[in-house]
Amino acid sequence: MTATLAPAGVSGLARDDLRARADSLASGAVHHGGTAVRVEGILKSYGGAGPAALEGVSLDIAPGELLALLGPSGSGKTTLLRVIAGLEIPDGGRVFFGRQDTTDIPVQRRGVGFVFQHYALFRHLTVFENIAYGLRSRERKRRPPEAEIKARVERLLDLVQLPTLAKRYPGQLSGGQRQRVALARALAVEPSVLLLDEPFGALDAQVRKDLRRWLREIHRETGQTTIFVTHDQDEALELADRIAILNRGRIEQVGAPHEVQDHPASRFVMSFVGETARLAAEVRQGRVWVDGRPVLAAESGWPQGPVDLCLRPWDLAVGQGENALPGTVREWRRTGRGTVAEIQLDGAEAPVEVAVTEVYRPGDRVRLEAAAARVFARG
Amino acid sequence: MSPAALAPAAPRAGRPFLRPSALPGFRLTFGITVTYLTLVVLLPLAVLLLRASAIGPAGLWALVTDSRNLAALKTSFGLSLAAAAIDAVAGLLIAWVLTRYRFPGRRLIDALVDLPFALPTAVAGIALAALYAPNGWLGAPLAELGIKVAYTPLGILVALVFVGLPFCVRTVQPLVAEIDKSSEEAAAILGASRFRALVTVILPPLVPAMLTGFALAFARAVGEYGSVIFVAGNLPYVSEIAPLLIVIKLEEFNYTGATAIAAVMLLMSFSALLAINLIQDYSRRRFGHV
Repeated sequence: MTATLAPAGVSGLARDDLRARADSLASGAVHHGGTAVRVEGILKSYGGAGPAALEGVSLDIAPGELLALLGPSGSGKTTLLRVIAGLEIPDGGRVFFGRQDTTDIPVQRRGVGFVFQHYALFRHLTVFENIAYGLRSRERKRRPPEAEIKARVERLLDLVQLPTLAKRYPGQLSGGQRQRVALARALAVEPSVLLLDEPFGALDAQVRKDLRRWLREIHRETGQTTIFVTHDQDEALELADRIAILNRGRIEQVGAPHEVQDHPASRFVMSFVGETARLAAEVRQGRVWVDGRPVLAAESGWPQGPVDLCLRPWDLAVGQGENALPGTVREWRRTGRGTVAEIQLDGAEAPVEVAVTEVYRPGDRVRLEAAAARVFARG
Repeated sequence: MSPAALAPAAPRAGRPFLRPSALPGFRLTFGITVTYLTLVVLLPLAVLLLRASAIGPAGLWALVTDSRNLAALKTSFGLSLAAAAIDAVAGLLIAWVLTRYRFPGRRLIDALVDLPFALPTAVAGIALAALYAPNGWLGAPLAELGIKVAYTPLGILVALVFVGLPFCVRTVQPLVAEIDKSSEEAAAILGASRFRALVTVILPPLVPAMLTGFALAFARAVGEYGSVIFVAGNLPYVSEIAPLLIVIKLEEFNYTGATAIAAVMLLMSFSALLAINLIQDYSRRRFGHV
């Protein structure tokens, strides 16, 4: 969290006034703790007999935090983002910005920044006019003078590293450049919170990687409270301070990347944040049994009875130990990082890729030892 | 991309316009196009100009500046422009409603829009005359308010608006359907009022299509005859349109006079359409960045 962070809770929506921001900076009013955005029990359904889009979602976002909403498509993550922005009206629940209840404040007056997956730039306006749009949209007495608009747009163009493109039209830019312009446009109004809806979803892999790093830098520079939606767990793990994992309209777990990765709260989280091999197993007598063979010592606190045994591929290695799990090699190949074998463990739903040192042929029988494992009660 | 990469390869000597291409077809299609346009459009118009030129420049000038002819030309072009302008606005609104909203009877209304295309124009003229006559359904209440529609220039305007409407709806409709909803949302999030979003975000991309509709409606209105003569009253100097004047001249066996007025109309229409096209080109460059 940086010292340039403006207090989201204090003056609510008026805070995007430059002067208010400058004052708050001068007085050193930096809030640690507290919440920038809070949603409480958000309900939203799209009618019909289908599943509800959001089934009572509650979440706190700290000032200056970079939070990822992670989930598969249809999990409600975009809907939640749009509810926070004011683009969707929830059927129930409240939204707070700082201490202010913004549930009933129309989208035009919420003062959020929003970046769309497909940029949604104004195609008939130049890059400059796109970025200036929010400032020009203010009512006369809050609209900055032309010289200041110009200065601010130029500063933003520098921030997004496109200082020479002010006079271009969006159609003349590449995808990555468009998304930078969209981000500059969203930041121009000095939003209380920046919302990004799958911001890199439409870009190719390399640009995506660059923009990810660059967004992290911008966030460090500006300390802007940011929520972004993604279905890419790598993106969430790499970028976010905290990750909220959504599934079917509910939050399954909220936590720092290492928490959700090392201590997944549910089988869904486990399999969503990383590749997982899953086997039907049973915990009894202090051991985990697969196919009537004990394979691991059970940790204290693991549920008894039938469970799903979940293993990360990087915790698996070929070994001949007593407890090793039997499996069949499906395929063996070289990659940039070494050699891997695709191994179908007996009783597993899908094969896993395991790093190996020897050469295998499809059909070879191998045994894998697990350095770590997690179990989740079945049902 | 460097500018050099974008620059077209120089055409081979002796073959202007023709660049080597892996996808041939230029020569065949261009040949057919020129032949067809010559036969169907240019030749008849050339004959018209030839016949009109028989009366000489002085005679032509006298005809054009003849006060009755001048009044008719003014009526035709002035009211056509007005009608096209009204259609452009109303057409946008109708296209918007038909595209944006779902309501019972939408398809029916959508089909109704094309009726002015399909109707013999005389039918439209008779219907409008009956409706707006001083004792008609609309004419009677309007007459009480002191507004006369039938047998006045206002009647002509109503008829021209009627026949031009489909052009303005059909040209704009596909573009309304294409409007990116998220750019509207972006405008709202950036604090723009609905009105500001409409003027600055939604309308500009529609301007080129609106101009196309305007040009088509205008062209149709200038040439319109059937629906107008029934409702116009056809008073010389007041509610007489140029096409009617041509017919009158023809009935008097004054072929030269008729072709002369026709030639003038042709030139005026052509310049008007050319001007609209140029504006359209400009607006496409200005607003049409995709």
